[in-house]
Amino acid sequence: MRKRLQNITSKGIPAAVILALLAIWQLFSGAGVIPKFMLPSPLEVGQAFFGEFPLLMEHAKATLAEAFLGLLGGVILAFLAALLMDWFPYVYKGMYPIIVLTQTIPTIAIAPLLVLWMGYEMAPKITLIVITTFFPITIGLLDGFRSGDPDAADLFKAMGASKWQIFRYMKLPGSLGHFFAGLRVSAAYSIVGAVISEWLGGYYGLGVYMVRVKKSYSFDKMFAVIFLISAISLLLMWLVDLFQKLVMPWERVKEEK
Amino acid sequence: MESSVVLKAEHITHRYEKNNIIEDISLYLNQGEIVGLLGVSGVGKTTLFHVLSGLLTPIQGQILLEGQDITGTSGHISYMLQKDLLLPYATILDNISMPRRLKGISKKEARKEAEALLEEFGLAGCGGKYPSQLSGGMRQRAALMRTYLFSGRVALLDEPFSALDAITKGEIHQWYLNVMENIRLSTIFITHDIDEAILLSDRIYMMSGKPGHITAELAIKRPRPRGREYVLTGEFLEYKRKILEMLK
Repeated sequence: MRKRLQNITSKGIPAAVILALLAIWQLFSGAGVIPKFMLPSPLEVGQAFFGEFPLLMEHAKATLAEAFLGLLGGVILAFLAALLMDWFPYVYKGMYPIIVLTQTIPTIAIAPLLVLWMGYEMAPKITLIVITTFFPITIGLLDGFRSGDPDAADLFKAMGASKWQIFRYMKLPGSLGHFFAGLRVSAAYSIVGAVISEWLGGYYGLGVYMVRVKKSYSFDKMFAVIFLISAISLLLMWLVDLFQKLVMPWERVKEEK
Repeated sequence: MESSVVLKAEHITHRYEKNNIIEDISLYLNQGEIVGLLGVSGVGKTTLFHVLSGLLTPIQGQILLEGQDITGTSGHISYMLQKDLLLPYATILDNISMPRRLKGISKKEARKEAEALLEEFGLAGCGGKYPSQLSGGMRQRAALMRTYLFSGRVALLDEPFSALDAITKGEIHQWYLNVMENIRLSTIFITHDIDEAILLSDRIYMMSGKPGHITAELAIKRPRPRGREYVLTGEFLEYKRKILEMLK
């Protein structure tokens, strides 16, 4: 009972704050403090969202497809990179600085290059998402592989386990928590990455839609798409959490305790 | 008591960065025997176990398991380290069947083997639980069962009960002695608790010095299993007095 009450307050307070902010915003734009073309009211944004809903969903489909493929590529690449770096110390020494370096280059700067090299279709977009999403997962996995108890590794060795068996039974399941922490961040990055790459050219996607409505000064639609992007990112992070709970049932047991 | 030797270590010396940690250690273990290895912390008991289990290769000496030279090769002797080291993400059943799976036995088969032994080890009904749901004493039972499932020949236990509180420890000693009556696993265990050494062992090796070496050996003649009240007898105190003198 007490827990339920805590649950209500923990969710109720942020919801109340958001509602209050929306109300203040509505009041200000309704009173004409800020010109409508600069900041449309929440109601207008809502109207734009529902008016454009079918079109928004069409574009969202393209963005989600890119984000999903890019994230998948990022996960696969991250696994390969983390595995190689964990197994071969020289690969770690050689690759780690390069991987960090890739993260210092702003996404917005490489996006036009990728478009130049790969055209306006999906390829440059997916590539950009792979580049932005694989980093948090790689680092998460690498930390996870190295977080194992050295005594547990000794125990496995004493039981005659091979390097592969130690990986399969100890390091891999032990790194799942770290993996999901990285995946949660990357899931949000994947949507942002997709939108940024779409800004620079393409035929479908929420980024393409965003550029179009910006050019026609339809700021109500612009806000509608921004909220949609945020909502999709949150949804993806929530899905990652849900997936984690399914894959790691022992964590739930700990919470119940 | 059978007296065939299962494990024999001869003149073991191990060094770490020019310093000898253990020097010229020879010992043996008979079939079904429980041998205590008693000594203060830092005397090299764990290093000796690492060498016996094959995790470390000694600078000198050899280890024979049933006559076969196993020096520096792991995977022959069961080794239970100080912590229970149960995998938090696997159920108790999967934890204890792990050594069987490492030997290439299928998950289903390994689980079946482990399940059949749960009751004998006092773990009935715990197979589906995660380690975090069990008490320290139960976790230790699971760790010992995993050790046994790896190999029923020889086990090395490094301070198996030291992390437990006095009451749980008393209970688990009785449980351990009963289980050992049935499985007759030849065991060497490390302890720095003299009472525990006398209560559980058939024979005790005492280790001291720097580098660590075996300084004395004492046989406890009272047959196992010994009840809790044994620690209150004059005979027990006489053994204890002897050991304290030997450790001086």
